[in-house]
Amino acid sequence: MIQALSGQLLVGLINGSFYALLSLGLAIIFGLLDVVNFAHGAQYMLGAFVAWMAMQYLGINYWSALILVPLAVGVLGMVFEQLVLRRLYGLDPLYGLLLTFGLALVLEGIFQNAFGISGKSYPVPDLLQGGTNLGFMFLPRYRMWVVVVSIAVCFGCWFMIERTRLGAYLRAGTENPVLLQAFGVNVPLIRALTYGFGVALAAFAGVMAAPIYQVTPLMGSGVIMVVFAVVVIGGMGSIAGSIITGLGLGLIEGLTKFFYAPASDVVVFVVMALVLLARPAGLFGRQL
Amino acid sequence: MLEVTGIDAFYGKVQALWDVTFRVAKGEIVTIIGANGAGKSTTLKTISGLLKPRKGQIVFEGADVTGLAPNRLVELGIVLIPEARQLWPAMSVLENLEMGAYARTARPARAQTLQSVFAMFPLLKQRVRQRAGTLSGGEQQMCAIGRGLMARPRLLLLDEPALGLAPLLVREVFESLKSIREQGVTIVLVEQNVRHALALADRAFVLETGRVTLSGQASDLAHDPRIRDGYLGLAAV
Repeated sequence: MIQALSGQLLVGLINGSFYALLSLGLAIIFGLLDVVNFAHGAQYMLGAFVAWMAMQYLGINYWSALILVPLAVGVLGMVFEQLVLRRLYGLDPLYGLLLTFGLALVLEGIFQNAFGISGKSYPVPDLLQGGTNLGFMFLPRYRMWVVVVSIAVCFGCWFMIERTRLGAYLRAGTENPVLLQAFGVNVPLIRALTYGFGVALAAFAGVMAAPIYQVTPLMGSGVIMVVFAVVVIGGMGSIAGSIITGLGLGLIEGLTKFFYAPASDVVVFVVMALVLLARPAGLFGRQL
Repeated sequence: MLEVTGIDAFYGKVQALWDVTFRVAKGEIVTIIGANGAGKSTTLKTISGLLKPRKGQIVFEGADVTGLAPNRLVELGIVLIPEARQLWPAMSVLENLEMGAYARTARPARAQTLQSVFAMFPLLKQRVRQRAGTLSGGEQQMCAIGRGLMARPRLLLLDEPALGLAPLLVREVFESLKSIREQGVTIVLVEQNVRHALALADRAFVLETGRVTLSGQASDLAHDPRIRDGYLGLAAV
């Protein structure tokens, strides 16, 4: 009983870590670019797949991939932003949404074509093999690592955005980009870097996810719907909101799985509907 | 110092400025008079690079700066204080001020400039930690002007600094403009409060539907019947 409950809570915490990492990137991108980045799930998948390919074809191990893959995918994101996405700024946000949705379909299509939809497995790095027996449950070391690192990265991002001068420029740009430009900040450059950073976060989550979930071309499209719900519940553009909501909803999902498993797939959306009824701007969003 | 020649500017397909030409000498205060929508703000936006002119030329201190990006112009010393104060309301007064000193040319002197801004507006010093959105209208305007000064301007473009302020505060704001000029900063001022603006400025010109229709010494224009009837009558305080 207690074993099953704590097992589900751990799964919830792991899922929540990924929700938090992904919704954080979405929130950062939405905040500064006003773009609802529908390609976020595909970029997460790209992170996992590039890590898998790097290991398979180039022999690059997990630890190097954790650094190199987000950089590479982030640069790809910046190229996409510069070539295509930036042409849509100032238009109805619907255009950006459609464009990135299209990008997601293209990316998923390419990988399905090349690798099929059956999953590839990515080994857990040696250092994080095994686990600890807590008596009432077995705690795999790699999962602990995912939770700790995700929370650390999320907190690091929050600190950078809310407490440093660099973050102050980002926040200023989020609120009033024209004004920021009037004081000499190169806003187009900051936009490109921000998109790259958000995409790199997604890829980072992808690398972290590779040893836990199957690496498949569609791994992103499953998770992205929940992540969008997280962003809506937390409040569009709220950094702390998306982190806390991400972890919280993972746990709620885990609990639901324990008490009434069939509801676990919809519970997030039920929460979303309830939150929207009570607080249309989300839990942490600025009330309008 | 600034020579604007034959500027045409557009918002999309709508033309907002037609063949606008004027010049500003070093150390002057020049004010732009005009009704709402006459193109005053557009003129300032064009000089500061936020809007690219489709035709014409802008020369600043002998160099052609037409079409340069805003960040380049700020580094050259052209700083806009936009209308309606436009602070970052959720950020502190200090953060707002520091934001003004982003430019490469202003950053090294940030701490020093901050002290001189505090000397000019002592009230801001007491409020550094406060969120800018919670300041009163007059304090917000001081913060906006202070933030502009943080960029170490050589040419300051002010868009309606007295808008919505009580008469006493209007006088205070205009006094601060005087002392800014005494520090060697050239000023272009857009102001609805024509009487005050003409009293402060050396020269003025009038914009009507995007065209310059009148220009001259501020003291002469203050007595010009066309100004008196068209602008002073309505804007009298």
